[in-house]
Amino acid sequence: MDCVIRIEALSHIYSRGTPFEKVAIEDINLEIYKGQMVGLIGHTGSGKSTFIQHLNGLLAPTTGRIFYEGADIFASKTATRDVRFKVGLVFQYPEYQLFEETVYRDIAFGPKNMKLSEAEVDERVREAAQFVGIPEELFEKSPLELSGGQKRRIAIAGVIAMRPGVLILDEPTAGLDPSGCEGILQNIVDYRRKTGSTVILVTHSMDDAARIAERIIVFADGRVAMDGAPEAVFSRADELLAMGLDVPAPTSIAKALRQKGLSLPDAIYTLDQLRDAVLALAGGGGETC
Amino acid sequence: MSAIIKTEGLHYTYPGDEIETLSGIDIEIEEGSFAVILGHNGSGKSTLAKLFNAILLPTSGKVTVSGIDTADEARILDVRRTIGMVFQNPDNQIVANVVEDDVAFAPENLGVPSAEIRERVDDALRRVGMYDYRMHAPHLLSGGQKQRVAIAGVLAMNPRCVVLDEPTAMLDPVGRREVIETVTRLCRENGMTVVLITHHMSECVGADRLIVMSEGRIIADGAPREIFPHAGRLKEEGLAVPATTELLYTLREAGLDLPLDALTVEECADVIAQKLL
Repeated sequence: MDCVIRIEALSHIYSRGTPFEKVAIEDINLEIYKGQMVGLIGHTGSGKSTFIQHLNGLLAPTTGRIFYEGADIFASKTATRDVRFKVGLVFQYPEYQLFEETVYRDIAFGPKNMKLSEAEVDERVREAAQFVGIPEELFEKSPLELSGGQKRRIAIAGVIAMRPGVLILDEPTAGLDPSGCEGILQNIVDYRRKTGSTVILVTHSMDDAARIAERIIVFADGRVAMDGAPEAVFSRADELLAMGLDVPAPTSIAKALRQKGLSLPDAIYTLDQLRDAVLALAGGGGETC
Repeated sequence: MSAIIKTEGLHYTYPGDEIETLSGIDIEIEEGSFAVILGHNGSGKSTLAKLFNAILLPTSGKVTVSGIDTADEARILDVRRTIGMVFQNPDNQIVANVVEDDVAFAPENLGVPSAEIRERVDDALRRVGMYDYRMHAPHLLSGGQKQRVAIAGVLAMNPRCVVLDEPTAMLDPVGRREVIETVTRLCRENGMTVVLITHHMSECVGADRLIVMSEGRIIADGAPREIFPHAGRLKEEGLAVPATTELLYTLREAGLDLPLDALTVEECADVIAQKLL
């Protein structure tokens, strides 16, 4: 697989040389591959947010380097500026950053800054709005009139409209109700399938990570503690709990079922897998009882 | 049991809005109980919470707190002392540079004598398990710790009821557990009334009562064991059920005869194991 972002020996120290000096991340080495859907998890203060702010040049490393498609993103000011369009970052609660008078203008803000033609901007706004399910009827409304879930989608559309090669979302479902969460997760899955973009989803929800990510990276105390497929990561339940994290609910239920003597397969981290595994047992064992 | 909060024919419309946010709410929250309010975004949950302690006043109808009408301006402080509020974002609720100063903020404003403030602050911090952090700077604490400091700040007013509006939305799994364990303990051991607004179904499992809201009305009200089995209905309302109920529901749809009221992981595993072993 092609590597889109390579992170080499990245460390970041806040307030260096003061009494408040704090090592936020230390010696991170990672390769993010093109088209990958990555779930990034870690307790509060584990360094996730510091880490992702380096990927589009918002924070400069204290030591270490970051390469986007082979080029050092801190090689020059132009390189750092360019990477902001290539790596789109959606912050937590992005709806608080909406500021334009209309939905259309808010989504258009990013592509306009890229000095694209008006026609090109227009095409991108419509495309991005479609990805997040914002109908064109809402384009002339003020973002402030819309619901929390809609505002969140508009903020995401504003980043998608820059057509970034890598889309990073920091807790995109925080504070939304279950159907709002479901809608946004589905938008993300569809967006990635249609565009082939790389997506990094930062989340506190193990269930969301388990459902949509193909690779899970776990941060703990500023370092990468685990990195692998969901089944590999979530099979290490005790370690995750010790790090202040959790396992997906289906994994906990499967564990309790095994303790009661049911022979379930090892890798269970979604409800569908658990249901199928239980039904397989019921089908096989049901008649003999 | 007596009601600490009572609403009668409560309607609320935000100034300038044409559509009502709350359309006829009649509930009683029993003193000492643990109630959870569920509902999709925009269902009116947070508005209702703000009416409980007179941040908002009814457009029509009435809210009483321990018998005091919240619209009675002369008694507004009594209402606010009785019902403490905790909000979603801990960073917006912390005002001081030292944890114990932050917790002392409200009683200082109430004019409580300083010896008593000392006692209340220490007691509140112990009750949320943050006493050892009393001299720390709040901004260096974790999200769960900050939220517990915010709860301590409310407890220092000696309220009889705490209303928490999505207090865990911004927290990681440990922070979430800390907050839920803290409020559960306050209710069960100290007899504090707890009203928790949340989207996290797993946080409802230990509550006495679930109140489900939709479009400004109450559409279901009962014990979690009575409400969650109606999984299909809740999903129509844009809500979810705990993973345990969801699993039992899908297994039933696939033809396994299982009860839907096994809420904890242990209970859920039990009923499945009984069926299959």
